[in-house]
Amino acid sequence: MAEELIAFASKGDMLAKSKEFWNPSKTQFWVDSGVPLVIDRREGYFIYDVEGKRLIDTHLNGGTYNLGHRNPEVVAAVTAAMQHFDIGNHHFPSLARTALSEALVSTGPPGIAKVVFGSGGAEAIDIALKTARHATKRRKIVSVAKAYHGHTGLAVATGDERFSTLFLADRPDEFGHVPFNDLAAMEQALRGKDVAAVIMETIPATYGFPLPAPGYLAGVKRLCEAHGALYIADEVQTGLMRTGELWAISKHGVVPDILVTGKGISGGMYPISAVLVSEAAAGWLSEDGFAHMSSFGGAELGCVAALKTLEITCRPEVRSMVHYSAALIGDGCRKIQALYPGWFVGIRQDGLVMGLEFDHPKGAQFVMRRLYEAGVWAIFSTLDPRVLQYKPGVLITPALCEELLDRTEQAIGLAARDARSGRTQP
Amino acid sequence: MTAPARPAGPAAEASEAISFEVLSDPAGVPRARAMLQRAEWAARAFARYDKQATDRVLHAAAQAGAAHAREYAEWAVRETGFGVADHKVIKNTACSTGLVEAYATHDYVTPRFDPAAKIVEIPRPAGVVLALTPSTNPVASVFFKALLALMTRNAVVISPHPQAAECCADAARTLERAAVAAGAPDGVIQVVDRPSVPLIDALMTDERTSVIVATGGSPVVRAAYSSGTPAIGVGPGNVPVLVDATADLAKAAKRIVDSKSFDNSILCTSESVLIVEEPAAATLLRHLKREGAHLLEPDEAAGVGALLFPGGHFDVRFVGKDAPSIAAEAGLRVPGTTRVLLAPFGMAVPEEPLAHEKLCPVLGLVQVPNAGRGIDVARAVLRIAGRGHSAAIHSTDPRTIMDFGASVDVLRVSVNAGNSLGSSGISTALAPSMTVGTGFFGRSSLTENLEPRHLVQWTRMAYNAEADEAMANFSGLVPWETPAGPVPPYPIASNAAGEGRGPGGYLGADRTPRPGTPLPHVTSEARLGAGTDVAALREEIRRVVIEELAQFAGGFRG
Repeated sequence: MAEELIAFASKGDMLAKSKEFWNPSKTQFWVDSGVPLVIDRREGYFIYDVEGKRLIDTHLNGGTYNLGHRNPEVVAAVTAAMQHFDIGNHHFPSLARTALSEALVSTGPPGIAKVVFGSGGAEAIDIALKTARHATKRRKIVSVAKAYHGHTGLAVATGDERFSTLFLADRPDEFGHVPFNDLAAMEQALRGKDVAAVIMETIPATYGFPLPAPGYLAGVKRLCEAHGALYIADEVQTGLMRTGELWAISKHGVVPDILVTGKGISGGMYPISAVLVSEAAAGWLSEDGFAHMSSFGGAELGCVAALKTLEITCRPEVRSMVHYSAALIGDGCRKIQALYPGWFVGIRQDGLVMGLEFDHPKGAQFVMRRLYEAGVWAIFSTLDPRVLQYKPGVLITPALCEELLDRTEQAIGLAARDARSGRTQP
Repeated sequence: MTAPARPAGPAAEASEAISFEVLSDPAGVPRARAMLQRAEWAARAFARYDKQATDRVLHAAAQAGAAHAREYAEWAVRETGFGVADHKVIKNTACSTGLVEAYATHDYVTPRFDPAAKIVEIPRPAGVVLALTPSTNPVASVFFKALLALMTRNAVVISPHPQAAECCADAARTLERAAVAAGAPDGVIQVVDRPSVPLIDALMTDERTSVIVATGGSPVVRAAYSSGTPAIGVGPGNVPVLVDATADLAKAAKRIVDSKSFDNSILCTSESVLIVEEPAAATLLRHLKREGAHLLEPDEAAGVGALLFPGGHFDVRFVGKDAPSIAAEAGLRVPGTTRVLLAPFGMAVPEEPLAHEKLCPVLGLVQVPNAGRGIDVARAVLRIAGRGHSAAIHSTDPRTIMDFGASVDVLRVSVNAGNSLGSSGISTALAPSMTVGTGFFGRSSLTENLEPRHLVQWTRMAYNAEADEAMANFSGLVPWETPAGPVPPYPIASNAAGEGRGPGGYLGADRTPRPGTPLPHVTSEARLGAGTDVAALREEIRRVVIEELAQFAGGFRG
């Protein structure tokens, strides 16, 4: 690396310049939150601050690092691919893109027939929504309140106003929001038969992983069918074996019309996202394949990374490991909960997708700070700061699970004391 | 890992497959490492099982093995091209339900108490056992090692000999299915489908492997010991059998021929050189003939020796072949009922082919003036190969038997018994075993037949010896339990517990890989289908096979 290009006198100097040249409020936020993290080395499920502090990563950027940071197999695949490929030309058929498409179709929900690629999750959501609008010739999109599907033009309009109104990007006339786990409200929204698609994260991540009530998602799918809307499963955070199945939606008996994946699909080594589309919804690809274009969408290096990631993820050994680690960490969290019953008030868990609830409006921010001190990086839920997102990686070992639980117990206990000392801010 | 050249032009399109090697992994090493991590989880869970739960798993697996004893016996003969199916049925049964019966009264799970010494002992399994199994006793070894692991609550990853990989993999999966159905933790028995040198090396050196149990040729055993991982490896045999004039010669003849012809002599415990005291020779030979042994003329014997050991090394084509076909190949006419070829030779010295281990029903024959010289010859046979392994004696004279045991460098001697099944504990009271420790004589850490107890360690809690420090009353305390359901439990969402939801996944769809079915695009197998790597892999496997079998036979030039 050209070290002279990345050199700072000190961490303080670097943070000052980060505020000056990059993002002042975000840089300051983490310092104020007790997470003055500047990630340096990274390896497996560990990240190291520039000052050497080691953290177990249970944020994983929403699952981007499901297989660990710089997974050696993915690194090897991308390194080898760089001797032959670059991003490629999105206009032409490509070896890697075709292979990845076939692999995604063959492992995807029944009925999935085509794959469209983007370079990030939000772009993929936009593609999914445009695809649904083309297929249904309807304009309206329904999502749940407090939803989050990314920040591009259409995606941001599906989400909470936290991210849209600032940029005048909310579009209430076309994008309806209904309460989560409320089938009656969903039916109300679809009854007009003018909705192109319902888009659902299988477990809404940024809202703190509230779990869909048993039967809720299947009910939504039935309503979609009854009212001519498509069901779009946003599996960016819940997919790729995090719940013990490749796609979490499969655990709900739902076969989506469109499935969106991103983040972890390329092992955190090269950005790529993908939209899996059923034959019935994929009409525009035959009608006018140039209608959506993306220079970096389906970049070939990303395709190679994704193929390797998918192969690793689909190993039967990995599915088994997730079932083991989910059980161990779930049991461990329940034991911790028993130690702090009035503080640690809830565990939302589906496999390795976990939301830990604390009895304070900003409870997870208290815990996040203490976890950071204790050597664990976990993030609060932006749209419900009571809830800590706790997402260990799918390849986590038994020993690291135990270490993680030890550190977590300590941090939750200290955070309980902080919160009860009368402090209102973490 | 570079991409092969693309087809040069349109002409090449139709015939040449387009492949991209980045995604292929000829050795399957990453997948094997994933197996070890799964095994680590399984071992962690299994280590907390109580006796009752362990026994249920063990019995289910053993019964599944026994139920398929014949199927796998025939499969092994078909796949390896050697051995006798009927005899493999015996071994498969002995190593499944037979093994469980033999250890029925043993307990490697429940804590032990010694109130007098004030010591509490808690059995703690090894963890992940890496079992390397040979081509000669393929399925029996898989059964044996897998069941030993189950008895002791270990997870096991089996790497079969490449020449017997298919029957072994299937047999291992049969046991695994039965074990898991009976409550064993998922992943408790796993098997490598395509073993190779780099893959075995990766498994052996991986820190998740707790102990290697290596049966096979010397290279494999030496590699196991060099890996840095605790290892139990055993060396080759080259079995001398002494018959003195005090023996019951009729019985001795029958036992020797039965043993030598068992499974066409591919057990490492098969007799290699028969040493007979001259006064008894004529009678013994008459009885041997009656049992189906054919005595070769000296020049015929030399011819057979040259045939079996071209260039000084055993020709693996003859492993486990029957006597008449070997004779035919040597240009000799023998009765079709011949079970053993008796090949006389003069001196047990390294340059004499017939003094080496022969994994086929050719039995070297040496006459000696007395039992003392017989012991000398037995020692000479073992100087060539097989130190620490096994020997046999047929005698009623306690002094001769004692001298034999005290002088011959082996760790087990079958007395008035065929050695094939005698030293492996099937027809004697030794521990029934497919893994015969060759001890310090044979560069092994194991001096006995491999038993379950070799895969368990004990945490010993020792009280203060002072008389006024009493040991607590532990009666009724067991730290283990029977799991409430499948291990691990299926990850049901926390708000759906009690809903009785089954597994998800799109398993019903034909296009969706099921557990165990790798992606079509990204498996080594698919990628290897067209590439040049196939040849490399095959070559590698061939090399392993030859190395190993060459060691079985022992080269007499080195």
